[in-house]
Amino acid sequence: MPASPHAAPPPAPAGPRPIDQVCRLCAAPSPASAAAICEHCLGPLEPAYDPARRLPGRAEIASRPRSLWRYREWLPFAGEPVVSTDSGFTPLVEAPRLARALGVARAWVKNDAVSHPTLSFKDRVVSTALNAAIGLGLTTVGCASTGNLANAVAAQAARAGLQSWIFIPHDLELGKVVGSSVYGPNLVRVQGTYDDVNRLCAQVADRFGWGIVNVNLRGYYGEGSKTMAFEIAEQLGWRLPDAVIAPMAGGSLVTKLHKASKELVAAGLAEGPLPRFYGAQAAGCSPIVDLVESGGDTVTPVVPRTIAKSIAIGNPADGRFAAKAIRESGGWAQAVTEAEVVEGIRLLAETTGIFTETAGGVTVSAARRLAQAGRLKPSDELVLCITGNGLKTLEALTGALPEAPVVAPRLKEVAALVERAA
Amino acid sequence: MPVTVNLPAVLSRLAGGKTAHEASGATLGEVVADLVARFPDLAPRLRDAAGNPYPFVTFYVNDEDARFAGGFGAAVRDGDEVIVVPAIAGG
Repeated sequence: MPASPHAAPPPAPAGPRPIDQVCRLCAAPSPASAAAICEHCLGPLEPAYDPARRLPGRAEIASRPRSLWRYREWLPFAGEPVVSTDSGFTPLVEAPRLARALGVARAWVKNDAVSHPTLSFKDRVVSTALNAAIGLGLTTVGCASTGNLANAVAAQAARAGLQSWIFIPHDLELGKVVGSSVYGPNLVRVQGTYDDVNRLCAQVADRFGWGIVNVNLRGYYGEGSKTMAFEIAEQLGWRLPDAVIAPMAGGSLVTKLHKASKELVAAGLAEGPLPRFYGAQAAGCSPIVDLVESGGDTVTPVVPRTIAKSIAIGNPADGRFAAKAIRESGGWAQAVTEAEVVEGIRLLAETTGIFTETAGGVTVSAARRLAQAGRLKPSDELVLCITGNGLKTLEALTGALPEAPVVAPRLKEVAALVERAA
Repeated sequence: MPVTVNLPAVLSRLAGGKTAHEASGATLGEVVADLVARFPDLAPRLRDAAGNPYPFVTFYVNDEDARFAGGFGAAVRDGDEVIVVPAIAGG
C-alpha cells in the first residue's frame, strides 16, 4: 500500500545524550534530566564535564564546520547534535572608528546581530537547549522571554518539529512579537514584567513537565553562551583581548564568557591573562551594576523601567555570579541613561554599519562611559558583544532620527538639498 | 480561611509529597514558621541560618515578590496565596 501523504512523520532522531550535572553550590551530583536546580540545596546545576575527556587542538577545530558546534567538547553532550547545527560563528568585525570614538586602542564588534536563524545571541543557547530537550525525550519546549529568546525558541522548535509554549511580557516591541508568532508557537502574552513571566514559567515547568529552556533546561542552555568567547578567541588568532563588554539581563552571558575564557586557557588554546569583563545595564534596570558597585553578594531586585526591554530583568538569577566574575576579572559594571541607549545605537551604526537593538546601545554607551572614567584604558583591545538586531526594536528610535526630506522627482530639488548639506 | 502555600515540586517531597498546604499567620514569616513546624525538613530550604528567607527560593504573596513588601515581614491575610519558587530561573 503506498504511503499516505498524511502519514505520520518519521520519528524525530534521538538527540545527543546530555551529560550529568553537579550542583555549583554543594557539589551534589545529579543525573542528566530536565532539572536545573539541586534537589538538596536548590542551587544551580551545571554540566559535569569529564576532566579527562579528549580535547581538540586549534587545527582540528579549524577543520570543522563554522558553527558553534566546532567547540562541542565544551558543550554538555555525548554524541552529535541533531538540530540547530548551523548557529554560531558570527562575524568579529574590527571597528577602528568606534575604537577612536570610545578612546581605546582597538575595538572589535562580536556581531550576533546577524546570528542565525533569529538575529540574536539567543540562537546559541537555544541550539544547545533543544538538543538537550530531544536527548531527554521531550517533545514540547518553551521559555520565559523578553523577546529574543522567544524568537529563537519559536524558530528553532519549528524547524526541529517540536511543540513550543512561549511566554512574554504583554508590551514587547512589535518586531519581537511578530518575530515569534510567525513560526506558529503557542505564544502567550502575560500582563506583567519579565519577572512575572519568569515566575509563572517556573510554575509551568513544574506543572506540565515541558522543557522550559531557561528554567528546567537551564544548565544545558547556558553553556551555549560560552561559544561566543571561543569564537572571539579563535577569530583573534587564538588570543584573548584585554577587555570584553557585554549587556547584562539575567547575568548569565558575562558569567559564561568568563568561564569560557578560563576553559580556553586551561585547554592551551589561548594564553592568559584573562580579559577584564565589563557588564552593561540600563539605569532603569541595573540590579547587577548596583551589586558590583556595592560589593555585596545578594541582588536587590528592582522593578524595570527602561526602553531596553530585552535586558529588563529586575530579579537576575545569575546576578551574584555575574558580579563575582566581573570582580574576579578586574572589570566593572556600568549603567547608562535612556538617552544614552539611543546614542549608543547611533554611534555603533555610524561607525561600523551595524544596527543593533537597545541592548547593544546600552553596551556601546557603557563602554564609552567606562573609558571616560578610566576603567577601560587607552591601550586596551576591547571586544563589544553585540547581542541583538536593531530591526527588532525600531520603536526605540522613534523621533530620534532626522526625518528624510521628500522631494519631487526633479534634479533641481536634489541639487538644492546637496547645496544645503554642504 | 487560612493562607494557601504552594511549594515547588522539588520541595514537596519534604512536605508529605504535597505541593499545596494551608497555613496561618499575619506575616509571611509567621506563615513559613507555621509550615516549618509541621514539616521541619523544609526549614533549611525556606530560611537561612539567620532566619531570613533562604536565598535560593523566592516568595510571592498574591503574585507579588515579597522582597518588595518587607520580606518575611510582608503582611498576609486569610485567603492569600503564597507561592514559593526556586530562585535560579530565567535570563
